[in-house]
Amino acid sequence: MDPRQERQVSRPEAGGRRASPGSVRRDFQPWNDPTAKPLVEFRNVTKRFGAVVAVDRLSLAIHQREFFALLGPSGCGKTTLMRMLAGFEQPDEGEILLDGVDITAVPPHKRPVNMMFQSYALFPHLSVGDNIAYGLKREGLPKAEIAARVEAMLGRVRLKGMEKRRPDQLSGGQRQRVALARALVKQPKLLLLDEPLGALDKKLREETQYELMDLQADLGLTFMVVTHDQDEAMTMADRMAVMDHGRLLQIAPPDLIYEAPASRFVAEFVGDINLIEGRVTAVAGDLVTLESKSAGVIELDEDAPSCRPGDAITVGLRPEKIALSHDEPGQANNKVAGEIWDIGYLGDMTMVQVMVGGDQGKLFKVSLTNRTRRIERPFAWEDKVWLSWDVEAGMVLAS
Amino acid sequence: MSTPVPRSSGTGRGLLVAAIPYLWLVAFFLAPFVIVLRIALSDAATDQPPYAPHFPGISQLGEFLGALDLENFRLLGDDPLYWQSYLSSLRIAALTTLIALAIGYPLAYAMALAPKRWQGILLVLVILPFWTSFLIRVYAWIGILRPDGLLDMALMGIGLTAEPLRLLNTDTAVLIGMVYSYLPFMVLPLFSTLQKLDGTLLEAASDLGATPLTTFLTVTLPLSIPGILAGSALVFIPAIGEFVIPDLLGGSDTLMVGKVLWNEFFSNRDWPLASAVAIVLLVVLVLPLMLLQRARGQGEGSVR
Repeated sequence: MDPRQERQVSRPEAGGRRASPGSVRRDFQPWNDPTAKPLVEFRNVTKRFGAVVAVDRLSLAIHQREFFALLGPSGCGKTTLMRMLAGFEQPDEGEILLDGVDITAVPPHKRPVNMMFQSYALFPHLSVGDNIAYGLKREGLPKAEIAARVEAMLGRVRLKGMEKRRPDQLSGGQRQRVALARALVKQPKLLLLDEPLGALDKKLREETQYELMDLQADLGLTFMVVTHDQDEAMTMADRMAVMDHGRLLQIAPPDLIYEAPASRFVAEFVGDINLIEGRVTAVAGDLVTLESKSAGVIELDEDAPSCRPGDAITVGLRPEKIALSHDEPGQANNKVAGEIWDIGYLGDMTMVQVMVGGDQGKLFKVSLTNRTRRIERPFAWEDKVWLSWDVEAGMVLAS
Repeated sequence: MSTPVPRSSGTGRGLLVAAIPYLWLVAFFLAPFVIVLRIALSDAATDQPPYAPHFPGISQLGEFLGALDLENFRLLGDDPLYWQSYLSSLRIAALTTLIALAIGYPLAYAMALAPKRWQGILLVLVILPFWTSFLIRVYAWIGILRPDGLLDMALMGIGLTAEPLRLLNTDTAVLIGMVYSYLPFMVLPLFSTLQKLDGTLLEAASDLGATPLTTFLTVTLPLSIPGILAGSALVFIPAIGEFVIPDLLGGSDTLMVGKVLWNEFFSNRDWPLASAVAIVLLVVLVLPLMLLQRARGQGEGSVR
């Protein structure tokens, strides 16, 4: 059966648990509730491997029913963080709490936490059914209950009729679902997913993202996903954390990470961005005026700006926030002239590179959404164009 | 650009390459086997070579074939000495295999768990005995096991035993020598299997609630069965026909088929009977191997 169809059928049955698809669950923001008790807490956790500090005095709280994504470049410590939660690594300092209980010294097989491995780690000598039943057998449950729960889980991950097969007789997508089922059937308090979609091709990855989100919402479980793929993290997560060099740079819902990044690293790591260096000339209320070398005078609207006249700051400008025109825009606050150097046509959108300030100037990325089926494109290489953007578009970035 | 090799000569060369192992088997296995079989079907004779009939030429092939018979094999069945020596060999080889497995598995497991930079050194240590001649190493055991030898001196020195153990020239001494000699053949395939074992599988088992012991029994052990089978075959097969170790370390009552074969061949100069002993030994060894291979093939067949 086509998974999309099944999803559409199952959505209404979920009883509106999810107010709207995606990460926007308006009523679900336990991290803003000071009385909420987090499910997982890292308190000043440090982990070193020899001289390398993998996780550096890190504190973090994850709440019940949250879909939490940990995003970062490879080697940033995100996998170590997850492995400490599963119990495969011991922190050198600090403590890890689950449901208010310190689990720092609890061995992996006694933790109510399950993990879906990046390589899936399916037991090659066991059938699909035995792989899924493995964890339940270790709990010493009655045979009938194990069989019933395995059966139900097989249905949930659409693997009915496959229980006799061996892992090497399955496709990549099927193996992924066995790995997921094997961890889910234990009904863990917390499910860890290490690059859960990394080995799937693009189409399957997109489908599986939504399946994971539905499963998480339906089962009411807490998921923590580690990924280096920002699309994946932004699509699925209620909140995401951007990690680098063993530290969490920002923890926020995906839209805040994108539209209000806490630092220049976060802004550059998540999505495309144009960075403009400049010096503040005036601050009037929320309106900051700055003088930049690459784009002249820029005005931007910043909530309670912390910068003062004379400060050197970096302004970030997302490519889709910039408008492109042949004629000089009349009343835009920010506008600058340039020449098109490159046009990348991507189907749904077009990425235009505009050189501002002559040959040695600065290259601006501008993205245009292709909303009509126009074959003739309005812009071509070497066109003289104007860039313009609102005062709300730019954001001041801490370096 | 190189000119393409003409197809016919390419496949001709391919055929030749494919034929080499078969030619090897025909020249060094099948042909000697046919000769041994032919001697086994002959009768002993005070002659040079010491059996009859001799091959008279292709014209009298019928008479020649008529003179061959299964009498030697009948004798093997009638005389209890022979089947007892087969059983005794099987028993000693099986014990050797089991003991080598019991010692070799933990050894190989520890090696596989050791840090990567140590593994090379440990591997060299396992194969280091091969630097010295097999015969000399077995001789050395005589010095260790003989009454008032190194072992007795050590044990009596620390007061564990009051008198010599008299191990030399017993089946125990044979077992010790066999286990010592064949242990590397058990350790090496086990190590290579255990080393390849995916560590995340063990983590997954532990993550799903398995204690370390359960993880070993449900994941490590089943996945190391190929290594166990390979190691056991490598120990069991040479052990069953072993001659040097029972000859040097065993007693007069140590019954092993290798010794019987040697006696028939060199002491009694009964080449036909010795050949019959050898052929039965070959069948005893090859049949279970073929069954094993077939079982494995079927196992894979059911998986596909």
